Amino acid sequence: MIAGISIYEILTVTSILFFIGIYGFITRKNLISILMSVELILNASVINFVIINKYLYPDILQGVFFSIFIIAVAAAETALAIAIIINLYRQISSVEVKDTEIMKY
Amino acid sequence: MDISYTILIPLIPLAVFLLLGIFNQKIKPTISGYIGVAGLSTSAALSFYTAYQYFFVHGKVDGAYQAIIQKVTWLNFTDTLHIDMGVLIDPISIMMLIVVSIVSLMVHIYSRGYMKGDEGYTRFFAYLSLFSFSMFGLVLATNLFQIYIFWELVGVSSFLLIGYYYTKPSAVSAAKKAFIVTRFADLGFLIGILIIGYYTGTFDFETLNSVNSETGELTLNWASTSFMGLSVITWALILMFIGGAGKSAMFPLHIWLPDAMEGPTPVSALIHAATMVVAGVYLVARLFPMFYFVEDGYALNIVAYVGAFSSLFAAIIAITQTDIKRVLAFSTMSQIGYMMLALGVSKYEGHDGLGYMASMFHLFTHAMFKALLFLGAGSIIHAVHSNYLKDMGGLRKYMPITNITFLIAALAIAGFPLTSGFFSKDEILVAAFESNKLLYFSGVLVAGLTAFYIFRLYFGIFWGKETNYKHAPHESPISMTLPLMVLALISLVGGFIPFSKYVSADRVGFEAHLNYPLAAVAVSVGLIGIGLAWVFYKKENNLASKFANSFGAFYKWTYHKFYIDEVYLFVTKKIIFNLIAAPIAWFDKKVVDATMEGIGNKTVVISKKIKGMQSGKVQDYAFSFIAGVVILAMVFIYLWTN
Repeated sequence: MIAGISIYEILTVTSILFFIGIYGFITRKNLISILMSVELILNASVINFVIINKYLYPDILQGVFFSIFIIAVAAAETALAIAIIINLYRQISSVEVKDTEIMKY
Repeated sequence: MDISYTILIPLIPLAVFLLLGIFNQKIKPTISGYIGVAGLSTSAALSFYTAYQYFFVHGKVDGAYQAIIQKVTWLNFTDTLHIDMGVLIDPISIMMLIVVSIVSLMVHIYSRGYMKGDEGYTRFFAYLSLFSFSMFGLVLATNLFQIYIFWELVGVSSFLLIGYYYTKPSAVSAAKKAFIVTRFADLGFLIGILIIGYYTGTFDFETLNSVNSETGELTLNWASTSFMGLSVITWALILMFIGGAGKSAMFPLHIWLPDAMEGPTPVSALIHAATMVVAGVYLVARLFPMFYFVEDGYALNIVAYVGAFSSLFAAIIAITQTDIKRVLAFSTMSQIGYMMLALGVSKYEGHDGLGYMASMFHLFTHAMFKALLFLGAGSIIHAVHSNYLKDMGGLRKYMPITNITFLIAALAIAGFPLTSGFFSKDEILVAAFESNKLLYFSGVLVAGLTAFYIFRLYFGIFWGKETNYKHAPHESPISMTLPLMVLALISLVGGFIPFSKYVSADRVGFEAHLNYPLAAVAVSVGLIGIGLAWVFYKKENNLASKFANSFGAFYKWTYHKFYIDEVYLFVTKKIIFNLIAAPIAWFDKKVVDATMEGIGNKTVVISKKIKGMQSGKVQDYAFSFIAGVVILAMVFIYLWTN
């Protein structure tokens, strides 16, 4: 429990964070920004895991463990995404989304 | 008597076929010829050994030859109905083994000379071996289904060999014609087999043919089911005879045989004179007790009349043909008609079964002298490089051996006394005389016509006008003349074999005697035919053409083979094609195909139109995805809250 802060306020913050991530994912033109937006989405859900664990089931730690998993996976995923972006940059000298349409139809 | 080794008789040619067929390009032509001859010699030696063992050592039990059968179950449909594979040894199958192995061996030896230098030499020997395998399998078959399988196999080999010169359009179309016509007839055969299988529950020859020794009737209950006033078994027999008629070139399914002469001449000798075309006769003989006993020989009568008509019909056509191989082809058809006639007038027991024995005897002698005639014709064609009588004449000086052997064969087919054809033909005529006078007179007439056309051929080739040859023709090499001499010897003395002791309808055997008055009639008719040919063709003169002109339209009809081919073409091209095939083709193209193609085409068109929706941008997809999720979420929330 965090004194003076209810679960609703925290969930509101994470929801805002989540939708900022969604918005960024859809609207950003730069692959790096999109990647950062994805990180925001992930972080929002990680916070949700921790908070729900803390407030609703204080005796167990599964939510916390799970959040650690997600962070590890997210790190790996980010590394992969960065690798792809770097390779893409070598190919087309750009990290703009509009330049990566060659797989259209 | 253990007969399991007889399975080798067909299997050795099969092995040779596989060897030559697979290593076609790797084997030197000379070696492949030797392999073919060696394989066939082994089979022939085994055949002779089997014949000796059967006829003189083991075959006879209680005064009658027994059928010896060894088989394994091949396809097991039900407890009662199954298809076996095996070998059946009885007098006629042994007789056929001998015929096939002698002629096939001679043709193999002959082909080594005749086909020398041909590009497809190895292929030719491979096909010959395939044919020998199929034919041996056919004669050894124990049941209807097995005979049907090999029946089709000989059809295939015949197709391959007729179309051997596959670059020649006429050969290709002849091969197709032969295959389609016989295939069409085989449809009847197959339906007949299925009817037999359905109503009797067995395909085995021995079960079907077994005759109750006490009542002298067929054990098979044929009268139980009838269809349109005839027993179904009679229908089945008629249908099977249609199959046999197709293979044996009986009227009106004979049209493929003259065209089949496009194949190399040794093939004509082997397949279209001596062995495959008598398969129909063999089939009827094989099922003879059924043909004879079911409904008092109703189907057998059909066999007799079809045979008699075909023999007369073909003999008349043979007189006017100018291609020597076609003359021989029609002659073959005529002689097979004779065999069918003999079977048709035969009865079952003892001496009454003379027709059956005469038919088999004639099959044997005919195979020898007709193979000889064809091989002789091959030798002539080899020397003159033409099939037509007009390019020949006076050849006796150039080709003495061919001349003499051809003369012997011609005498044998004309029924000259003491040659082999004389005995067999005499017995056929006696059998016909005892049974049906009309058939007898047609037989005598055919005997006269046969003598005439064969000597027309002989005189036209070896005597007649003196032709100026560009290259002087010369006698063929020893590999070709040796088979001629062997076959000539058999044609000369083959008639003295006491055939009736070994082959008879009830397998007991009897003593056959010459019927001197009837023999005298046949011989004198034959001599008249020979005499007429002598007058017309021995020296160059215009008697024959004058005579032909006096017949006018009839001669023209005959020359065009009574327009049977044209009738078939009319029926198939004008009627079947226009009225049935063309509408079906239209329906297939415009409705069936068009539906499926339309579906495909429309899919392509629609895809082209809507492919713009795929922007290729991940964000657009993500947007649609999220929008969808939001909409779904709203729907669910709305549903739950109410």
